[in-house]
Amino acid sequence: MRITCPLCGDRDSREFSIRGHETYLDRPAPDAGEAAWDNYLHLRDNPAGETAELWYHGAGCAAWLRVRRNTLTHEVLKVDLVRDLTGGDHAD
Amino acid sequence: MARLIAKSAASGLLPIEIGTVTLTEETPAAITALMPFAGKLRALSAALKAAHGVPFPGPNRSSAKGGTRVCWSGLDQAFLIGDPAQADLADHAAVVDQTDAWAVLHLEGKDAAEVLARLTPINLGREHFKRGHAARSLIGHMTALIIRTGAQGFTILIFRSMAATAIHELDVAMRGVAARAAVQSSP
Ligand SMILES: [Zn+2]
Repeated sequence: MRITCPLCGDRDSREFSIRGHETYLDRPAPDAGEAAWDNYLHLRDNPAGETAELWYHGAGCAAWLRVRRNTLTHEVLKVDLVRDLTGGDHAD
Repeated sequence: MARLIAKSAASGLLPIEIGTVTLTEETPAAITALMPFAGKLRALSAALKAAHGVPFPGPNRSSAKGGTRVCWSGLDQAFLIGDPAQADLADHAAVVDQTDAWAVLHLEGKDAAEVLARLTPINLGREHFKRGHAARSLIGHMTALIIRTGAQGFTILIFRSMAATAIHELDVAMRGVAARAAVQSSP
């Protein structure tokens, strides 16, 4: 599998490590309650098909990426910098 | 009082020459990480150009002026390699001295790309990875910064603690490429 990093370009999957489903971008408030935290930490679907996950380009630019991909075909559909999705700081 | 002896990262290990390729150590006076503050990229780039003659590079790029190179090194980060950073850069960026954190190796020769291709997953083709291009990637299992400095030359930054391993890996790759060339040229 290869992932096209928005900064580094087309790279081998050995340069990346996976965190898990993009659910991790939606951290519940501290007082959101047990159900919300249980869901955030533990409950995941296991889709055969398209999903979106967080990957870290640790052997490259050190950016967090959201990767939309197909678990059946390993096709990578779209890659975004997480900071662009979450309104993180930009130098430019 | 103890007399301390400064040793470079590859002290006693380099240079080596095998086949058409040489591996040498570079010892820049300073390596400084520049990480521009939010919204400060333009200001940093202007200050960098005024102080060191080189602008802040875009992703996967580097440029050099005199003996100093500025090289993209990650998300909103570049390394100034050569001159110590002028103090006013700190108005626009986090400025961190990393001089002794890196081993700087230089691979040069006709088969240099073939040697490096045995160890890194990036595309080193000359149409793809051109002079001045830079990449954060891997040398074996080690994270590295790789810069193409010429048609047959690459500068490679490796964590200093891994210098001996990197040199060993490159040495083995150089031997492999040279051995293959010898077999192919024999009758
Ligand atoms: Zn990257």
